[in-house]
Amino acid sequence: MIRLQKRAAPSALMGYLAPVIALFITVLAGLVLFALLGVPVLDAFHAFFIAPISTLYGLGELGVKAAPLIMIGVALSIGFRAQVWNIGAEGQLILGAIAGSAVALALYEVDAWYVLPAMMFASILGGMSWAAVPALLRTRFNVNEILTSLMLTYVAVLLLSFLVAGPMRDPDGFNFPESRLFHDAATLPRLWGGTRLHAGALVALGLVVVGWVFLTRTLLGFALRVNGTAPRAAGYAGFNQGRLVWLALMIGGATAGLAGLFEVAGPIGQLLPSISPGYGFTAIIVAFLGRLHPVGVLFAGLVMALSYLGGESAQITLNLPLAITGVFQGMLLFFLLATDVLINYSIVRKQPRPVS
Amino acid sequence: MVFHGSLKQAAFAIAAVLSIGVVNAQSDDPTKVGFVYVGPVSDHGWTYRHDLGRQAIEAQFGDKVETTYVESVPEGADAERVIRNLASSGHDLIFTTSFGFMNPTVKVAKDFPDVKFEHATGFKREDNVSTYAARFYEGRSVIGTMAGMMTKTNTIGYIASFPIPEVVRGINAFTIAMRKVNPDATVKVVWVNTWYDPGKEADAAKVLIDQGADIITQHTDSPAPLQVAQERGVFAFGQASDMSAFAPESQLTSIVDDWNSYYVERTAAAIDGTWASTDTWGGIDTGMVAFPEYGVNVPDDVRAAAEVIREGIIDKSIHPFQGPLKDQAGEEILAEGEIYDDGVLLGMNFYVEGVQGDLPK
Amino acid sequence: MNETLLLTALTIITAATPLVYAAIGELVVERSGVLNLGIEGMMLVGAVCSFAAAHYSGAASLGIVAGIMAGMLMAALFAFLTLKLQSSQVATGLALTIFGIGVSALIGQSFVGIAYSGLQPLPIPVLSEIPVLGRLLFNHDVLVYGSFVLVALVSWFLKRTHAGLILRSVGDSHNAAHALGIKVIRVRFMATLFGGACAGLAGAYLSMVYTPMWVENMSAGRGWIALALVVFAVWQPGRLLLGAYLFGAISILQLHGQALGINVPSQLMSMLPYLVTILVLVLISRDRGRIRRNAPASIGQAFHPTT
Repeated sequence: MIRLQKRAAPSALMGYLAPVIALFITVLAGLVLFALLGVPVLDAFHAFFIAPISTLYGLGELGVKAAPLIMIGVALSIGFRAQVWNIGAEGQLILGAIAGSAVALALYEVDAWYVLPAMMFASILGGMSWAAVPALLRTRFNVNEILTSLMLTYVAVLLLSFLVAGPMRDPDGFNFPESRLFHDAATLPRLWGGTRLHAGALVALGLVVVGWVFLTRTLLGFALRVNGTAPRAAGYAGFNQGRLVWLALMIGGATAGLAGLFEVAGPIGQLLPSISPGYGFTAIIVAFLGRLHPVGVLFAGLVMALSYLGGESAQITLNLPLAITGVFQGMLLFFLLATDVLINYSIVRKQPRPVS
Repeated sequence: MVFHGSLKQAAFAIAAVLSIGVVNAQSDDPTKVGFVYVGPVSDHGWTYRHDLGRQAIEAQFGDKVETTYVESVPEGADAERVIRNLASSGHDLIFTTSFGFMNPTVKVAKDFPDVKFEHATGFKREDNVSTYAARFYEGRSVIGTMAGMMTKTNTIGYIASFPIPEVVRGINAFTIAMRKVNPDATVKVVWVNTWYDPGKEADAAKVLIDQGADIITQHTDSPAPLQVAQERGVFAFGQASDMSAFAPESQLTSIVDDWNSYYVERTAAAIDGTWASTDTWGGIDTGMVAFPEYGVNVPDDVRAAAEVIREGIIDKSIHPFQGPLKDQAGEEILAEGEIYDDGVLLGMNFYVEGVQGDLPK
Repeated sequence: MNETLLLTALTIITAATPLVYAAIGELVVERSGVLNLGIEGMMLVGAVCSFAAAHYSGAASLGIVAGIMAGMLMAALFAFLTLKLQSSQVATGLALTIFGIGVSALIGQSFVGIAYSGLQPLPIPVLSEIPVLGRLLFNHDVLVYGSFVLVALVSWFLKRTHAGLILRSVGDSHNAAHALGIKVIRVRFMATLFGGACAGLAGAYLSMVYTPMWVENMSAGRGWIALALVVFAVWQPGRLLLGAYLFGAISILQLHGQALGINVPSQLMSMLPYLVTILVLVLISRDRGRIRRNAPASIGQAFHPTT
């Protein structure tokens, strides 16, 4: 029999080794899964993990896909450390996209440097305003933010549908539900020719650094990191619970809103009825997969993004149905999450006490 | 991007100069046809019908083609990547089967002038981008006629997805045909704001029946409304596929999407080099809009009337949007004998007389 | 008009029942101190397995059993990862949903387009003969009755039984419970399995009663609504029933409003169930003490016996 024994201190070595072990187990499990389904195993792994990032364009796409996940993931991980359960980042992202697009469309005739900054400012306000509702209701009326932030996501989706089919519709677009294509002044510059990599990737990296500085160099960050329970941590840093709730939700809302703008002003280039394939929800996994640490979130976001690109690539090169790629992605996540146990616990063999 | 395009061109150039053997091998290479789907192939609705078209290509051309599909591609930033990856992985012909893929398709097409693109339900074309769609509203004329004749409560329930021109056009075509045979009948529309949520579609069907509708029709994807109709003993029309398995007594007929012959035709053109950019809006006459056998409960006179409309639309003696037409306020909007051109139909965003409620805008 | 009201009430019951099942299971899970965000995934696997079993065997009862088993199997996977291997509950739950969507689609490939007659109503003798009330309350399928019985049982279990007391104590403070000699992990494992069984039942209700068929992703986000309803209910079974029926009722009534021709954009009408739920929660959340009494204090926190 084997059992888990708590380590005296978290193992730094395992912190790095655990994901490697997870990948190894995933390969083993993948062997079984693909063999069972009659898929050539080596081709499958190549399609999932190598092909998507074997070109410059593919690497750029990894950044495009990972940027919103990392941005929101970093912000949410701070909130989750403070035990503020904002699971409505998706709605805040949509509001950010709406607000930013509204500015882009209002300044449609304007070709000036300030269009893009104005859009970014608006999107941050948009995301924050949507997150302010759960914050207000939690601090003033004691309403649990899980429910409000989640419900407001559905409201945001419908609001977007309403606006795109009505007030924000392209006047020359035969009444189809989409906005005008943004002008160059309202579109993010690309970082690298031949890719779609945009400024959002830099912002994501910047947020990782800011998040890291916050956690290691500020009193509140230190308190949140060292002290497990949020209220006590907040008290230690001179914060009351209410301010902590506001802070967590505002950071989350602002970041998600900005991420939403980067989608519409970056790879999409217009406002559509659906602008996010669930980034706000996936970022929750990313936050925890990254162990609520900015650097961890960076890697988790990249892995998560790669798993989506790999799913597409496997469909294209091997004709694997999406169902299989979903199962594989789920397995990968399970293993990554499960092997984290090795950081805090060691596996020991349960044996009868040696006779001495 | 330019990078990929030039690389591909270079590959072709090298192949051409190397040897005849290589050139031969190239001409023997199967033509690769890619599909980008907005839903899962097993949605039994929109995407499922496109995938039948893909299978028809495989059945028709065998070893001469290779087909690929990517399903459930979100209409956002991801679409462009999927289309581009198909284009750069040697696909010769790519079908993008949802309106939301329009701008990404055009964007990628500019970087891959040698690859042929086919975009469904959009309006932007390029030298290497065709558009295609089906005149499903013609089918709605046929079922509207049947509904007008068969309703006893003079109330028809219409389950609609999103207020886009395609759906509004269907509602109007249905209503116009219905009022021609039954001027007292009206259409109640419920918008469920989803293409696909069986539970919600079933709820909407129940609500409409509870408010007096004795015939249900839908512009959403799942067979759930037909199941409800069957259970409640009212009639209904299927959508996209023959859904009689779900409503053996209730389904009167269905408007079936049939892309098979179009897909086979366009693939043949791509293979023999005659492919050129076109705009196809196919109706009943092209087979894109098809009907299964009439349901067991369709009386002979209704069947005959439906056939008259169907054949009239095919031989162009009947147009679904033929004046005189009135708006909801009863004002004439189209004079006797005139018909709406395709431009008006494409962007339709108003209701005609006989539809209850206001059009959400 | 009475007839319309009655029929509307029946539609609301159908819309609310899957929410009741999924939410009452999650309520028990959360009361034990575990947060499982994988309801949607468990529901889908439950739905496809119950459809498959009912389709192959022709027996609705086997379908229900298969749904329960499938939900429990998914929950066991979650419980193993989170309780034995201490993985993050939030992330594991979300991964369970991704996994469940994939697995259910894989299993369901051969069932698309197949019709199933559905679970038949089971009128309760004599009572179902009562005018109006009989049809409203006593002429349903077994799963609708089951949902009411289940809520009553859970309520009784949590409030009145020793085992319920143990479950709550584990949720409130696992360290204190452990000190009292309670096997925390075992209690949570069982609670999680119960949640899986309920989510599986919710799925079975979808694919056998609500819309008797299988299509991918047919739960369409109901697992998330169930999650919100547990919060709405402040972890109390009675209020959960209220929340599920409130949400179901607004969803159906807004459709009625549209069909009556109310001049409001449909997207705004469709927002109503979410907005009303928030509003009602605001109105009933004033009592801080009550919420604190019921909210499981150690929810979402990993537990490992230190000795």
